[in-house]
Amino acid sequence: MSSSTRTHAPVAPAVAEAPARRRRRGVRRMSRRDRIAVALLLGIPLLIDIAFVWVPALGTVALSFFKWNGVGSLSTKTCQPNLPSILNNGCMDGVQNFHQAASNYPAFWPAVWHNLIWLGVFVFIATPLGMLFAVLIDRGIKGSRMYQSILFLPVMLSLALVGIIWEFMYSQNLGLINTVIGRNGSTNAIDWLGDPHINLWAVLVEATWRQSGYVMVLYLAGLKAVDPTLREAALVDGANAWQTFWRVVFPVMRPINIVIMVVTVIESLRAFDLVYITNKGINGLELLSVLVTSNIVGETQRVGFGSALGVVLLVISLVPITIFLYQTFRREESR
Amino acid sequence: MLRGIAGAAGLAVVSGGLLTACDSSSSTSSSGGGGKKGGPITFGSNYSDPAAKTAFAALCTAATKSTKSKIKINTVDHNSFQENITSYLQGTPDDLFAWFAGYRMQYFAAQGLAQPLDDVWDKIGSNFGPAAKKLSTGLDGHQYLVPLYNYPWVVHYNKSHFAAKGYKVPTTWDEYIALAKKMKGDGIVPIAFADKDGWPALGTFDILNMRINGFDYHTKLMKHEIPWTDKGVTTVFEHWAELMPYMQPGANGRIWQDAAKTLEAKKAGMMFQGTNQVAAQYVTDKANLDDLDFFTFPAINPAYGQDYMDAPTDGFMLSKKAKNSTAAKDVLEYIGSGAAEATYLKTDQWDVGLATGLKVPTYNAIQKKSVAEIAKCKAVGQFMDRDADPAMATAMISVIQKFIGDPSTGNIAKLQKSAESQAKAIYS
Repeated sequence: MSSSTRTHAPVAPAVAEAPARRRRRGVRRMSRRDRIAVALLLGIPLLIDIAFVWVPALGTVALSFFKWNGVGSLSTKTCQPNLPSILNNGCMDGVQNFHQAASNYPAFWPAVWHNLIWLGVFVFIATPLGMLFAVLIDRGIKGSRMYQSILFLPVMLSLALVGIIWEFMYSQNLGLINTVIGRNGSTNAIDWLGDPHINLWAVLVEATWRQSGYVMVLYLAGLKAVDPTLREAALVDGANAWQTFWRVVFPVMRPINIVIMVVTVIESLRAFDLVYITNKGINGLELLSVLVTSNIVGETQRVGFGSALGVVLLVISLVPITIFLYQTFRREESR
Repeated sequence: MLRGIAGAAGLAVVSGGLLTACDSSSSTSSSGGGGKKGGPITFGSNYSDPAAKTAFAALCTAATKSTKSKIKINTVDHNSFQENITSYLQGTPDDLFAWFAGYRMQYFAAQGLAQPLDDVWDKIGSNFGPAAKKLSTGLDGHQYLVPLYNYPWVVHYNKSHFAAKGYKVPTTWDEYIALAKKMKGDGIVPIAFADKDGWPALGTFDILNMRINGFDYHTKLMKHEIPWTDKGVTTVFEHWAELMPYMQPGANGRIWQDAAKTLEAKKAGMMFQGTNQVAAQYVTDKANLDDLDFFTFPAINPAYGQDYMDAPTDGFMLSKKAKNSTAAKDVLEYIGSGAAEATYLKTDQWDVGLATGLKVPTYNAIQKKSVAEIAKCKAVGQFMDRDADPAMATAMISVIQKFIGDPSTGNIAKLQKSAESQAKAIYS
């Protein structure tokens, strides 16, 4: 999923280009060709969007009220308690899936918690780091090109690959870190990826390693777009570098900041690849996205239950999306 | 942006579209057979490790020779194969596919994804004992699987290592603990242990449960006829906790291949796992297979002695949607013969055939001993992820990993409660 780095995304360019003298029935005044063009340009993406996003999403919501193992058909009969699971398939289960997830599925709350930790680390560590790198490079220190390439390198790797690379660092008896600090013996080895108390943080180091480069690039683009006359004016007014950045440059970059905020939230909600590569997201690395996958894909298909978890993830995701859209639309209107 | 998230959530519905064919490769067995009865048979195989792949190809070539049917093998990496099995069987499955005996087979047979093989068993039945037939029988009493091999879960050790240090093979729990203590004193890891993949440690639970509570209890627990909060389960975890100080630490972050390597290097004294893993790893690493030996897990409860163990069986099934059932059944008929098993086991140096009275000249010491030890058992388990509901096995994987992380008494009670509440949700 790519995030557009446009400062403000007009929702539908075709509409925004409407004649300046807008009347109430402005659309009616378009020629037939215009209308066909608009219909095509809007209709096709809309159809694709409905077919591949909304139908599956609503289907997931529907499925979350069933007990289904992915085989056979669904029926509207209610599940019978105390039947073997094979005979209780494709039946309506009400909110049982949600109830089970919240009450006796041990991985659920840890997963929610880990997703929040992930978000926290991205917001408070990865993003500021990326900002710092961007500002330093933007000031044109020596060899900034080289630093830029080095910091951007992890972003070009797929997260799965990042996970594999870090396995070499973290491996208990053969890994670089334990070897360097002399803790790679059979009894004193630090189990970076297997100890549930530290493996989340170990993986977050990997994620931050990549995410901060990503944020840096976005910020660099934003910084390049800042009008240099502003800085000159600040300099003339006698502001120091610190003040210039926080009082002048940072406020100007508001659009970029919003984009980065949204990217950060989304990246932390869809965090998946790293933990999946590391240990399939068990034993201290539970994340909602992995729970959805491991219940739906795999030999043990609890499609209804997995869908319920997917709905939870969807609801959580809708919060930042709603805020973002609300902001965007409000700005559109205030113009 | 919205699209991506909703799409991720929406992925759920598109089951069947998630079939990855990564790492899959096709090969047609070489000897031409003119493809009678409607073209070649397709064979979905999870024999993806190089050695197993070679052995499987040899088996298919021999089957082609015998039945005159061309066989097209589709090999998929075994983890992906197992993960995608449900979508695969409902999509466009191969005629035949490799699978596992026990509940894991019954589960898919009961959902009508496989064809009954009673007519095949009428012909091959005389080649197998009653135990093998029972393992191939579904919940409805029909046969659904033709077994190929099984292998025992036992304690492996290096003969030279034991001889050099004067270690004696233990037969009772106390001897086992004493030996482990001695090894620890000698500065080696007593029991190599790894559970990063989640499933290996299930074997330790299985054997302790069978040794302490017996086979019937174990089967009942796997079917959730006995609650996980039962006293017997507590005893199993208590014994395991006693053993824990002698097991390689940090198991949750180690893959079993690396644990086997510590045994190869004699940094570890013993390792409890299937021969299908340990001996195969010795072959892969070109370690000294002749030095490898094993003993069955020591007795704990005298009432059951060493009567039981896990000896998982792998075999083949016929998918419901098979396009070429008649020819496929001929192939299964051939695979269900001693000759076919012997052909397969020429290349495979760690598993053993199931056919009664099977004579395989190529058997090495490990295989010969496996046959003898499995024959001694009064009953064999299949392994938790084959005996229990697959969802329960998945739940137990995380329970047992948590136990490995903290084997304290307080935690045992907590974990048993958690296992039971999950079992209630899964088995109802």
